[in-house]
Amino acid sequence: MTLEPLKLELEEKVPGCGLEIISNPSPSAQHSLLIDPEHAVAVAMYLRDAAHLRFDYCSNVTGIDWPAPNDAGKAKLKDMEEDLEQDEADCATAGYLEVVYHLYSMEKKHGPVILRMRTCDRGLRVHLPSLVSVWRSADFQEREIFDLFGVIFDGHPDLRRILMWDEYTDHPMRRDYVEPDDYEYEPTAHDEVLRKTMNHYAK
Amino acid sequence: MTTLAEAPPKSTLSPSASNGDTQLLEVSMGPQHPSTHGVFRMDVSLDGETVVKLKPIFGYLHRNHEKIAENETYLGSMPYTDRLDYFCSITNNWAYALSVETLAGIVVPERAEYLRVITAELTRLQNHTCLAGFLMQDMGASGTPLMYAFREREKILDLFESLTGARMMCNYMRFGGCRVDLPAGWLEQAKTVVAAFPKFLDEFEALLNGNEILMARTQGVGVLSKELAINAGVTGPMLRASGVNYDLRKVDKYGIYDRFQFRIPLGDHGDVYDRYMIRVLEMRESVKILEQAMRDLPEGLIQDPKTKVRNFKPKPGEAYGRIESPKGELGFYLVSDGTPRPYRFRVRPPSLINLTILEDMCLGRNVADVVIILGSVDIVMGEVDR
Amino acid sequence: MDEGLKSELSKQGVVATNLQELYNWGRRNSIWPLNFGLACCAIEMIASTMARYDMARFGAEVFRPSPRQADLMIVAGTITKKMAPQVVRLYNQMPEPKYVISMGACAISGGPFKQGYNVLKGIDRYIPVDIYIPGCPPRPEALIDALMALQRKIDAQQLTGDSRPRHLNADEPSEFTVPKFGAHDLEPPQNPVVWHAPLVQIALAEDDDSGTA
Repeated sequence: MTLEPLKLELEEKVPGCGLEIISNPSPSAQHSLLIDPEHAVAVAMYLRDAAHLRFDYCSNVTGIDWPAPNDAGKAKLKDMEEDLEQDEADCATAGYLEVVYHLYSMEKKHGPVILRMRTCDRGLRVHLPSLVSVWRSADFQEREIFDLFGVIFDGHPDLRRILMWDEYTDHPMRRDYVEPDDYEYEPTAHDEVLRKTMNHYAK
Repeated sequence: MTTLAEAPPKSTLSPSASNGDTQLLEVSMGPQHPSTHGVFRMDVSLDGETVVKLKPIFGYLHRNHEKIAENETYLGSMPYTDRLDYFCSITNNWAYALSVETLAGIVVPERAEYLRVITAELTRLQNHTCLAGFLMQDMGASGTPLMYAFREREKILDLFESLTGARMMCNYMRFGGCRVDLPAGWLEQAKTVVAAFPKFLDEFEALLNGNEILMARTQGVGVLSKELAINAGVTGPMLRASGVNYDLRKVDKYGIYDRFQFRIPLGDHGDVYDRYMIRVLEMRESVKILEQAMRDLPEGLIQDPKTKVRNFKPKPGEAYGRIESPKGELGFYLVSDGTPRPYRFRVRPPSLINLTILEDMCLGRNVADVVIILGSVDIVMGEVDR
Repeated sequence: MDEGLKSELSKQGVVATNLQELYNWGRRNSIWPLNFGLACCAIEMIASTMARYDMARFGAEVFRPSPRQADLMIVAGTITKKMAPQVVRLYNQMPEPKYVISMGACAISGGPFKQGYNVLKGIDRYIPVDIYIPGCPPRPEALIDALMALQRKIDAQQLTGDSRPRHLNADEPSEFTVPKFGAHDLEPPQNPVVWHAPLVQIALAEDDDSGTA
């Protein structure tokens, strides 16, 4: 499905929504639409209900962590946590969390249309709107992203940890997650496990 | 139901108990429970025997497939996909291989496509028989149907074993083809197994279909409406039992499914009985596909010679590939940053998303029905929690 | 009694035995496993009770849904950190004498999922294990072999003396600490009463780049 006409149509039907086509250079050519969080629910509603689109089926919801490429970003993030009033321009250097929705239509049997949303940073400003009110299939998947990435979905009816226990405080799918060091022993240590075991005893 | 001599504190009262005669009972079904499938847990609130609230609790088999895959090469993740839905390792392999092929633009040779269809449909047969057997077990038909199902499953596992070396964890597909070609005599043996399968189905259906207990326990139980099923992203036999004609073998026509003559069975009530019947009918259609595929199987390569399976390094980009696994739409979403390891590796698990509507189906039913409704969803915890 | 005489007598239809042999004979031939599966291995466990492999031949077909009625816990599958407290609790609820078979690579050491943040690296960190079966998953024949190994182990148990099994020794513990959920990991990460890391020599050659895959 070509995205340019869809983008123009959405801009007309949902006034003020910021859309950007993210092109995908791989042979799959599955390009996606970056939408701004404020208008996400309106855009999703339109995609679902417009008679010629009817994207009634949200197949897959994914979280992706994009940390800042260098240490400068990390320092910046620390500053920002102290001062939340910094302007938008700084966000770009602090890395972000991204949520990707894959939409198909069961009625028209077409798709996919891929929507993406990005948080402002990876620290405190990680709120995104929940699309559960549009597609219930996003329910468990958004909870999973909350659990493993730490994205907070505003408007989700039951936002709790889903895979890890409630007392858990980390977000293990983030790239900078440090796992607990319990590599005391491995009967057939090899590769990465051997390295981790050696690190355990080196401490 | 007990009549309380003294009114209990307000907080323990159910909505219907404001008259002061019943008290809600909180039951945690699972994670160790004889009737749940694996380590699944439901926190159920009961008003007498009736379910008034049901919250599924996941994560007891969350073994971090996605995180491990991000630190593993593309090929290194293939054996892990076997262990997602451990009943259907071959369809898992296929979904992953298909995603990588979409990501890197790989073409699969014709013979390999046929081998994929043959092994995947055999997988569907053994998954659906076992599901039917487990469903009967949940209903109290202890032993017999499940014994029959496993007897047939062993025959198919023998085929897998002689082809791939393993009964359950086949690890059969590769990017751009399959790992090994058929050993001598395999096709004849497979034809015998497939030819005998309809006889087993006749026997199975004769044993169960008209059974009064089966009808009473399943008809009108756990009804799922078409609209809710679509909105909740339910896929696979569950969706089709609610009357939605959506089978990726027909919609996407991935692989070579457009070459075969087969029909998609649809239900019209969306209850447990329909979900059971859909699976039986799908097995009959799978037999048809298998007969055609084994008849037309061409000679040729089984692996695209241009694809480097080892040291595989796709260009930066992303791809979502999906197939119709026996449980529903199984998808893999891969993000590549040009290195030998995927930047993001996501599994779209049909079992997990099919559970979204579990509470809706169970509300107002008896606690004994919960077990059957869960059985008809056909979940495997390895895939639900990953 | 001398073994030769015993076998001579048995040919004549006279069975000579003693209390210990009779007791162990009865126990080893009616092991009731707990109906408890965790992951992939559980399917092979089910397969081994079904028509082709038929574990009933060895007296172990009565899978009990309640730990109160079970003698044997087959830990079949990956134990996640979220599940580990429940596994220990189930073990504690089983009455003595009780035995544990650790089935498959995951239950032994975490197996292929060892590097997962939520995967326990072996159930023997929390409860004592009698038999380990390698494999991913082990075949039903391997499970039956493990069951027979357990039967031999039961057969060799003395009723009296210092080497008598745990259930006949009132000083030995029968229950073990259930770990608690912590902020990053289980607390404690292993039970030092049951398990401590074996002393192993770990070496990696300078130019070994196997770890980089």
